[in-house]
Amino acid sequence: MRFVDEYRDGKFASFYAESIRSLVTKPWSIMEICGGQTHSIVKYGIETLLPDEITLVHGPGCPVCVTPLEMIDRAIAIAERSEVLFTSFGDMLRVPGTQSDLLTVKANGGSVRIVYSPLDALRLAREHPEKEVVFFAVGFETTAPANAMAVIEAHRTGIRNFSVLCSQVLVPPAVEAILGTPSHNIRGLLAAGHVCTVMGFNEYLPIASRYQIPIVVTGFEPVDILQGIFMTVKQLEEGRAVVENQYSRVVRPDGNIPARELLNEVFEVTDRTWRGIGEIPQSGLRLRKKFADFDAERRFQVDAIRSVESPDCIAGAVLCGLKRPYECPAFGSKCTPEHPLGAPMVSSEGSCAAYFQYGRSGHEKVA
Amino acid sequence: MCLAVPGKVVEIDRSISPVMGKVDFGGVRKDVCLDWVPDVHLGDYVIVHVGFAISTLDENEAKETLRLIGEIEWDDGREESEFRKE
Repeated sequence: MRFVDEYRDGKFASFYAESIRSLVTKPWSIMEICGGQTHSIVKYGIETLLPDEITLVHGPGCPVCVTPLEMIDRAIAIAERSEVLFTSFGDMLRVPGTQSDLLTVKANGGSVRIVYSPLDALRLAREHPEKEVVFFAVGFETTAPANAMAVIEAHRTGIRNFSVLCSQVLVPPAVEAILGTPSHNIRGLLAAGHVCTVMGFNEYLPIASRYQIPIVVTGFEPVDILQGIFMTVKQLEEGRAVVENQYSRVVRPDGNIPARELLNEVFEVTDRTWRGIGEIPQSGLRLRKKFADFDAERRFQVDAIRSVESPDCIAGAVLCGLKRPYECPAFGSKCTPEHPLGAPMVSSEGSCAAYFQYGRSGHEKVA
Repeated sequence: MCLAVPGKVVEIDRSISPVMGKVDFGGVRKDVCLDWVPDVHLGDYVIVHVGFAISTLDENEAKETLRLIGEIEWDDGREESEFRKE
């Protein structure tokens, strides 16, 4: 397929792997922020192509993984109501709540549907006026404008039986939270290409400068990632710390302006808790007052739920890049994609799921 | 979650709001919202996320990414420049 196959070509990949090898003189830890990039890295065995000096640290960029347990429990409580048709991206259905998950609600006869787009949820609301259709609006900046469009359209066309359970998060505050931790050893960042497709990359300029860290906006195919690593290592070896754009075929400096405008019209910034990490100030989005009628939390007053994390799960340390999935005693035994203890084992972007799916145990490095 | 895939725009309907169209992903066609790529034309490649085109692919930039690699030889006899012509 065009604009895909070229970036999976082994010769191009080898070229960049070799270029990185000839450039590097010191050990460097580089964090890829996005879970989609983590999956590519693990799937294509990119770490096995890199010299020993380069360590890749997997970041928290998996919205499914960082959605707080309380929010999962709230989603389950809403989905269990008989008048509700609960809609969600497929990834969220298996994420374990304290006692259950959305897939179990569906198996027990609840109306839970997987949708491809927030607009599909809105269509269901049109087709089922007898139901309260709730959409689980999770995601980073990439997804927020799409969620905003569903709310705007519901508002514009007078669809009253539609609401969103909103748990959206923002990348730059999480990056700053990690870089502000004294114990981290991250020296370079691969910024998430599709978040930047919407938001642009100007908001990363002060971060690169403040923390003196190179940031390279990077795509998702193996050649993209290797080129992103190459550009990061080049900056590190030359003692530079600026923002560069590897994914220039898609990302513009200002992002997608109509999408950003829509996002800002519907949502405002708020504090948000990240599962496994804790509360990060100004790191989430909530509906503006004008659209409060579409807020599922307001529409369905869910009683306080006592949410309890599995004591065996080290998802927080994995999400912050402090531990590798295979360092968890439960990995692959008590915790599998079929029976996950934590969200990173569920999501198609979760590090644990990637390591499990592609059989990585940390001993593959042959380079 | 932030997965987005390139596809070719094969239909555009500007008579409705939001603007919708069809995008071909290697033979599979999906309805896609084109509201945020106002300058899109038939035949352009767009990046699609959860049913929304979030960017138009810049062909020149796409070639530039691979240009740095230079004139490497291909097993099947193609030259690097053939990609540029596609």
